[in-house]
Amino acid sequence: MTLQEYTSSIHNFEECMKCTVCTAYCPVVQVNPLYPGPKQAGPDGERLRLKDPYFFNKALKYCLNCKRCEVACPSGVHVADLIQAARIRYDHSAPKLRDRLLASTDFMGSLARPFAPIVNAVTGLGVTKKVLDATMKIDSHRTFPKYSASSFERWLKRRRKEQAAFPEQVAYFHGCYVNYNYPQLGKDLVKVLNALGVGVQLLEKEKCCGIAMIVNGMSKEATKHAVHNVAVLGKAVEKGLKVVTTSSTCTLTMREEYPALLGVDNSAVKDSLLLATRYIFERLEAGAQLKFRPDFHLKVAYHTPCHMEKLGWGVFSEKLLKMIPGVEFTLLDSACCGISGTYGFKKENYEASQAIGAALFEQIRAVNPDVVACDCETCKWQIEMSTGYSVKNPISILAEALA
Amino acid sequence: MKLNTVIIGGGLAGLTAGIRLQKAGKSTAIISAGQNALHFFSGRFESVSESSADFIDFFAEAGVRLHYHEGVSLMPMGKLVPSSLSLEDVSIFPEGGLPRKALIVNFTGYHDFFSSFLAEGLEKEGCACRIRFIRIDEMERLRESPSEMRSVHIARIMDKAWEKVVQEVRVLLKDEDTVILPQVFGLKDSHTPSLIRERIPAKVVFAGTLPPSVPGIRTQLQLRRRYELLGGTFLMGDEAVSAETDGARVSSISTKNLQGHPLEAEHFILATGGFFSKGLSSNPQKVWEPLFGLDVEALADRNEWYDPDFLKEQPYMGFGVKTDASLRALKAGEIIDNLYVAGSILGATHPELGSGAGLALRSAFAVADLIAKL
Repeated sequence: MTLQEYTSSIHNFEECMKCTVCTAYCPVVQVNPLYPGPKQAGPDGERLRLKDPYFFNKALKYCLNCKRCEVACPSGVHVADLIQAARIRYDHSAPKLRDRLLASTDFMGSLARPFAPIVNAVTGLGVTKKVLDATMKIDSHRTFPKYSASSFERWLKRRRKEQAAFPEQVAYFHGCYVNYNYPQLGKDLVKVLNALGVGVQLLEKEKCCGIAMIVNGMSKEATKHAVHNVAVLGKAVEKGLKVVTTSSTCTLTMREEYPALLGVDNSAVKDSLLLATRYIFERLEAGAQLKFRPDFHLKVAYHTPCHMEKLGWGVFSEKLLKMIPGVEFTLLDSACCGISGTYGFKKENYEASQAIGAALFEQIRAVNPDVVACDCETCKWQIEMSTGYSVKNPISILAEALA
Repeated sequence: MKLNTVIIGGGLAGLTAGIRLQKAGKSTAIISAGQNALHFFSGRFESVSESSADFIDFFAEAGVRLHYHEGVSLMPMGKLVPSSLSLEDVSIFPEGGLPRKALIVNFTGYHDFFSSFLAEGLEKEGCACRIRFIRIDEMERLRESPSEMRSVHIARIMDKAWEKVVQEVRVLLKDEDTVILPQVFGLKDSHTPSLIRERIPAKVVFAGTLPPSVPGIRTQLQLRRRYELLGGTFLMGDEAVSAETDGARVSSISTKNLQGHPLEAEHFILATGGFFSKGLSSNPQKVWEPLFGLDVEALADRNEWYDPDFLKEQPYMGFGVKTDASLRALKAGEIIDNLYVAGSILGATHPELGSGAGLALRSAFAVADLIAKL
């Protein structure tokens, strides 16, 4: 055995060369001097925390978990994992009620959905926003995503037979957003997959991927979700099905965060869990064909969400969009939009959140596209609120362009 | 995914080759395991003397502004070294054109810029130096986190506040012929250094800081943007983990992020850098190239790898993979037909002369032009 074989550690922190490249790319450091930055919060802090947990710094909560430090690191240090793992391990303060509510996306969805018209009307009111701002510290600039009166699950269940008739099948992890807020994205996916001769099935009762819980101090709850999801994904995989998704964050969470942060083994399902854009690209590359409208024209600017950047699969969305005849494509500079899930909803983060996204918003206005494409629901809210441009998942654009 | 060329390594060599191939109408992807040596870039392309107009025009298309003058430039520790092709940020003094009197200006509390060393270096050459510190209001918030008073953070503020520095310098300037400032200007806009030069009535020299290099980061962003605009696929934060070979050819590369989706191509370029970038690995017994297991030119006796005088030429920096005259890689003495090598992994860079940028540029041009003709 050589010396080098002893120098690896959990999350690779000993590989850190102190080059500070991670800090140069951290969007939080640029706007919030209270945040020590990924080098200090990650590998530097880890050395101290391992000696004595006293050195845990509460300012780590300012990390928005975008993982851009990790993508930038030339030495393979899992900087973002080090920071999130430290928060899980050392921060024992109970999450606030607000954070609990923001993090419990499927619980809130199942409560709100039956009363969707009322809930939407009430959360949209200026007075409600003021009350939430004052009592819960949820920033009043934010608009809560609308709840849909009918869930995606219900819609797809009604079409079970029709979907089962397709010669090939996939399972779909739709996530909370598609189920409760925006079933249209799920419907668009079904349209595109059906056009490829593939039928869509639900999983046997999926749960929220748990990312909002992980970053809001609810890792125990998140672990329960992870164990449950790996089991239901496993059932689909055992049947020989691939499982597709339309959210880059849910995908990253289930593929990467489950083992790295929650210690949940996902090795049996990981390779079968794919973003729909990758699945569709691979089908087309293997010879499948889609028929597009001849009259389609759309100027699209693609934004790479942070978790897509980490996943490294933005290339599939990009190639699919470019493949559509009539699409005029611009790739936006890869940069954080500032929302990072529930982070930007918190009053204390609002200003930082908008300052982080400013460069991206400026670039979008300069490109002036018909639509911004992006695979993340919370980026969608942020970009729509901050620029006024409409944001669509590449799958929805694909569906619109089909003949 | 099927491409014409897959480039492993997203630094100066990889990006240069990628842009050149995209321009020639070839489809390419670049695999970049994190950020690269451009973040430590001095701004000088050492040892480039031939056909520099080609290089200058090529970079101008990406918005990267180069100039070519023969002379010496000032290094961060006060040493003057021979220079020719470099970023516009770097000032080159012609022979006999060294400053006589210099004003060195730093920001109070900024420790990554070595004003005293610079003064010492210049004074040896007969230049009288005066060091002054300035404070700019916009920078005050950085002091709340003193450990993060770094080049890039200052540069972000200077993108907006550089005119204030100009004002301060104009007030401080007496009869000096030269003003020396830290290289923290123009992170966003490569015109800023020349705007500063226009507004200060003396020669303005930007001297390097500790990394990350501000002009280097800007160059990396400009090159990546240019590459993507030409249709190239930049796989940031991904890593080549294994290669499939078919006889004397490479057929595909598998990456960490694209498990189960190998990148197939006609040609491959290995531009993974030297030891720091993990293009080469070593242990006390040997030096090797980790992805393909290529032949490496290295001294057998470990005691000869390095010179105990840290600042002397270090033999290990010259280690690199073996190639034929067309820069095709060798493995077990045999040529791999479609694997070309570019950049610092070729070895033969001398750190005291510069950063390896000249080698990266010339080898990337050479392999891209060979592939484009095939």
